[in-house]
Amino acid sequence: MTAQIDDELWSAIADPSRRHVLDLLVSNGEVSASWLAGRVPFSRQAVSKHLVVLERAGLVSRRKRGREVLYQVEANRLDQATQAMAELAAQWDRRLGMIKRLAETAHAENRKGNRHEG
Amino acid sequence: MMPGLMIEREVLIEAPAEVVWRTVTEPDQMSQWFADRVELVVEPGAHGYMEFGDQGGPVVVEVVDPPTRFSFRWNHPRGEEPVPGNSMLVEFTLTPEGGERTRLRVAESGHELLAWPDAEKQRYADEHREGWAEYLDRLATLLAKRQPR
Repeated sequence: MTAQIDDELWSAIADPSRRHVLDLLVSNGEVSASWLAGRVPFSRQAVSKHLVVLERAGLVSRRKRGREVLYQVEANRLDQATQAMAELAAQWDRRLGMIKRLAETAHAENRKGNRHEG
Repeated sequence: MMPGLMIEREVLIEAPAEVVWRTVTEPDQMSQWFADRVELVVEPGAHGYMEFGDQGGPVVVEVVDPPTRFSFRWNHPRGEEPVPGNSMLVEFTLTPEGGERTRLRVAESGHELLAWPDAEKQRYADEHREGWAEYLDRLATLLAKRQPR
């Protein structure tokens, strides 16, 4: 089996601008899109688009406070993403471990074969 | 490191690069460490197939440079050609370490978005050299500190 991180989550986090937005949300708690726009090297419109993608992936939630809309990180979803990523890394470790065992066995057998010939 | 990079792992193997190369790239070897069934011609641009239990999917070989570099793309939507942005890229790099030892590195990356200006991507990548797992770990830790649960 292969570890799957669902595509929405994967592509939400894969984008560097969205990671930038996530970083800011994690460090600063609940903030508005305009506040974020003042701290990133891209437009207010881009911030809004990124927030939509992050919200769709479940990483960010929003609530209204008066006339303002505030955004914050969804800790549970972030934990899920962290676990999925760790599982993917563990899966590659297992595969690399198997490659190591196979290659070292093959190498040992080659050497034995060569000694018999010589 | 490029932005969008997900996972990077490595292992030191007590065997020469040629032996490791065969283990990594030959389909009958791949079926022992990777998929249950591997149909693959190891040539750049070749389309193949990998089966995991009752799941499976197409793969497309990108780089074949024996015995140091091998890469393929997978997890792209069915019926589409895999390109940066719709697929995952798996890259193996073999580095001879002397004394018949080889360092094998694997990187799986994907869904990199192409909309950022290169300078901006590079700057951000420079500031975020950590791996993906570390990145998420750090975010989760920061968050836990900020909002005790």
